[in-house]
Amino acid sequence: MSTATVAAGSVPATRPKYGSMSRDRRWALRWSYFFLVIFAVFFLTPPVYMLITSLKTSAEISAATNPWWVYHPTLGNYVELLTSSAYLTYFRNSAIVSVFVVSITMLIAVPAAFALSRMKFWGSATLATGVFLTYLIPETLLFLPLFKMFATFNEWTGIELINRWWVLLLLYPTLSVPFCTWIMIGYFASIPKELDEAALMDGANYRQILLRVFIPVALPGLIAATIFAFTVSWAQFLYPLAFTTSQDQLVLPVGIITSLIKGDVFNWGQIMTGALLGAAPPLIIYAFLMDYYIAGLTAGATKG
Amino acid sequence: MAQVSLRKVVKYYDDVEAVSAIDLDIADKEFVVLVGPSGCGKSTTLRMIAGLEDITGGEIAVDGEVVNDVPPKDRDMAMVFQNYALYPHMTVYQNMSFGLRLKHFPKDEIERRVQEAARILDIKELLDRKPRQLSGGQRQRVAMGRAIVRNPKVFLFDEPLSNLDAKLRVQMRTEIKRVHQKVRTTTVYVTHDQVEAMTLADRVVVMNRGKIEQIGAPNFLYHSPATRFVAGFIGSPAMNFLPSRLEQAGDGLNVRLSDTIAFAVPTERVARYRPSAGKELTFGIRPEHLTEAKTNGSKNLATFDAGIEVVEPMGNETMVFFSISGTEVCGRIDPNAGARVNATMKMAAHLDHMHLIDNASGKVL
Repeated sequence: MSTATVAAGSVPATRPKYGSMSRDRRWALRWSYFFLVIFAVFFLTPPVYMLITSLKTSAEISAATNPWWVYHPTLGNYVELLTSSAYLTYFRNSAIVSVFVVSITMLIAVPAAFALSRMKFWGSATLATGVFLTYLIPETLLFLPLFKMFATFNEWTGIELINRWWVLLLLYPTLSVPFCTWIMIGYFASIPKELDEAALMDGANYRQILLRVFIPVALPGLIAATIFAFTVSWAQFLYPLAFTTSQDQLVLPVGIITSLIKGDVFNWGQIMTGALLGAAPPLIIYAFLMDYYIAGLTAGATKG
Repeated sequence: MAQVSLRKVVKYYDDVEAVSAIDLDIADKEFVVLVGPSGCGKSTTLRMIAGLEDITGGEIAVDGEVVNDVPPKDRDMAMVFQNYALYPHMTVYQNMSFGLRLKHFPKDEIERRVQEAARILDIKELLDRKPRQLSGGQRQRVAMGRAIVRNPKVFLFDEPLSNLDAKLRVQMRTEIKRVHQKVRTTTVYVTHDQVEAMTLADRVVVMNRGKIEQIGAPNFLYHSPATRFVAGFIGSPAMNFLPSRLEQAGDGLNVRLSDTIAFAVPTERVARYRPSAGKELTFGIRPEHLTEAKTNGSKNLATFDAGIEVVEPMGNETMVFFSISGTEVCGRIDPNAGARVNATMKMAAHLDHMHLIDNASGKVL
């Protein structure tokens, strides 16, 4: 009897330590929080600073007070910008250019990706790689030869391409089409081959397979690509800076710095306000399509 | 409803010959199963019939019309795939009606056909669901429904049951047979499972290395295989193959399996085998034709002593394993015959069902 009691009492001491899984998890979580908070602070500081500055008057900005605090908040910068016809022109130009660029990009990229991923033809693999390589060439290298090409084109035909906002509709797709084609190739490749074969057997032609099977099935990928194309064209700076100069031809990123920096006078309050307002559309779009975007990024990871 | 014929059909993938000059005639309303090990060219053959693969050489004709260059959408065939290949964004109803909608069938006709197919397959209550809400067996039914509503000339099945678990596979096999008996559409079915082939087919086409080994009704293939490959592929457990020598014995012939075991060839087969006398041949016999020696032994029974090494009771029968000249042999005996491991048992070979195979050609004599 006594031995039994002793044995029972000694059980907890000899039992292996359970719960190490949850301890591992706890530590992993701590480290995750640590780094995530660091990153969040690091990346959120500039926008917060922009917001604070946008609510100050020029006098307060240049005054030697705490830059992280607003003592006399004002919406003056916002009112001034939103009533300035120049700023609204930039905004309108940006919106028009972005909408068209997104449409053009998707109209080219989706059929291209479909052809490259599904219709095996001579040189399709080489072409797909070529598309990807195009994306790897940065626009800082491309804008000089493009400028030269436009000049030559002007000499030959007399058609002026420089300083026209619509020329951006030709320029931006050089960045967005290769990347969007590439990601769409990835999404289409994750669709099982049997699905198009089933559609073929059902009597569909390639156009119908693309429109009625591939696009609906790859919708998350399509939305991810759309968001990317929109972000590229909305935030593009170098091309509009190089190719457009007149006030009425400018898009938002270039318009803000050219009109609000006069000589060496930086109108910081309005610059920050303009940038903040300019960042709003992508933010809103992300917020609405975030679920799709994430679903798109992880599509094909598991078998449905 | 259609006949399909293949004439000297060849398929090369780059330099690899996948299918070499096969000839096959499939009659109207017939259920033909292409069976063989993986890589034997059966799926390639099916896909060439479907139009999903180009034909390197030869001719495929439907109802006498060569369809080599007809795209799959115009061949009026329906196919059921191994992984179902349902459109994930469509409901069951939309999946089944997709082909008809592409062909602009009137709405009420589509409705009628889908309802009819759903009734046959017992999936009426699933019509509003998406494929991801269905189990494997239900998805397979929908895939079949998609084929049935089209009312095509030919059904093509590409290993449709391979992704299902064993129990469901047996159930769906019966289902497929039942559906075929109802709709009587010419069917070509590909599988690597010889049981599926035997149970479903009007005629089985056994393929190996891009060639057709034999074509015939399931029972015919089972009892009269033309080659060693067919003899070994059809039937489970597989046929026993033993090295042997055909010896002259007076007017008759003896098959010698070992120093101690030699069987007299049944008299009605002596003439058939005589040209091969003196040769080394492979002796083939199915496990069920190696039984315990019974007292009421019929004609052409040869008894011999076997040292039992393994006993596997199956309930309705018992498998016994023993060796003849170092080759393992399987026999199927009565569970009450009293087989014991390491005991010698009197076994009987039913020589009416024996096969002799030429080693060089692999042909059954």
